Amino acid sequence: MTGPLPYLVAGWLSLVGVYGIVTSRNLVHAVVSLSVVQSSTYVLLLTVGYRAGGTAPVFTDIAPGTVVVDPVVQALALTDVVVGATVSALLLALVVQSHKRSGTVDPDELRTLHG
Amino acid sequence: MNRGARSGLFAVAALGMAALLGWAFAAAPAFGAPSHPYGDLAVQTALAGRATANAIASVTFDQRGLDTMGEEFILFAAVLGASVLLRREPDEFADPDDDEGARDRPSPGPSPEMIHLAGYLVLPVVVVVGIYVIAHGHLTPGGGFQGGIVLATALHLLYIAGDYPALRRLRPQRVFEISEASAAAGYVVLGLVGLAVSGAFLYNLLPYGTLGQLASAGTVPLLNVAVGLEVGSAMVLLLAEFLEQTLILRRRPGGGSNGARA
Repeated sequence: MTGPLPYLVAGWLSLVGVYGIVTSRNLVHAVVSLSVVQSSTYVLLLTVGYRAGGTAPVFTDIAPGTVVVDPVVQALALTDVVVGATVSALLLALVVQSHKRSGTVDPDELRTLHG
Repeated sequence: MNRGARSGLFAVAALGMAALLGWAFAAAPAFGAPSHPYGDLAVQTALAGRATANAIASVTFDQRGLDTMGEEFILFAAVLGASVLLRREPDEFADPDDDEGARDRPSPGPSPEMIHLAGYLVLPVVVVVGIYVIAHGHLTPGGGFQGGIVLATALHLLYIAGDYPALRRLRPQRVFEISEASAAAGYVVLGLVGLAVSGAFLYNLLPYGTLGQLASAGTVPLLNVAVGLEVGSAMVLLLAEFLEQTLILRRRPGGGSNGARA
């Protein structure tokens, strides 16, 4: 019996990621923490789409009519991964620029500098 | 706000958020519940009407092809944004002969010969795997997004092997810019052809073929190829921008006017 455990994992990942952003002392660490928040959405999507005893919805080697998990949320998770990767790339590019301009990657020091 | 106050504020907000999440999860369908009406319809449509063995590929490229076009252009825009953000500053110059960024490494030295060799040996294998994953996207788990990433990874094995100059030679950025843009445009053109033939954008106009054959699922394999090229080129360009920052670009001596970096 798994019960509500997968939902709780998703909620926990999301909160622990926000905790990482709030207490971050390094902008790269903050970007990675945001990725942790994003990964909670993968867990949530796959939890919603799971069907007890289901296999992957790929019918090359299983008979049509077999119990499969929901392909719609799997397609959504694919979109989610792509968007997560692009967000991380753009934010990391901003971190590189921020480091060039102000010489620091500590978000607390950024306030006191102008640059 | 000091760190203590911030943590206190977070604790209050996190408790509230946790309560709301718990409330929502309590009313959500149980894990593994049998009722998935949209999933059932998507599987039926993929198998009966459209001869697409991979139901996820059918949702992504056939039933909801328009969404995937948006997704593709999110990636396109992100690469554009990263290129603009990481452009060469006026006080920077390119130094390609900088011994692969040896200055940034704590202990410069030749990479082990085995790693070097492994990079060259594995590269062609990974390229074949990438092409396979893209070409069989409608039959097996995989597709354009996944295969494109595998292809981009293949090139960067050269970087892992310590041969950044070889990677630079294999990766003329102009070529990848053109292939990225034309692959993104190819997706739109396939959609427009569908519009011209049937009156519906991204209409699947090719014959569906037999379920499970390589030539099946109509336009899904073509869209997979377009997305695979786009994603592969986009990742190569993106990583090129970041590697360039570390390994090639150097600040001009005495030119740090707008930065506090010594």
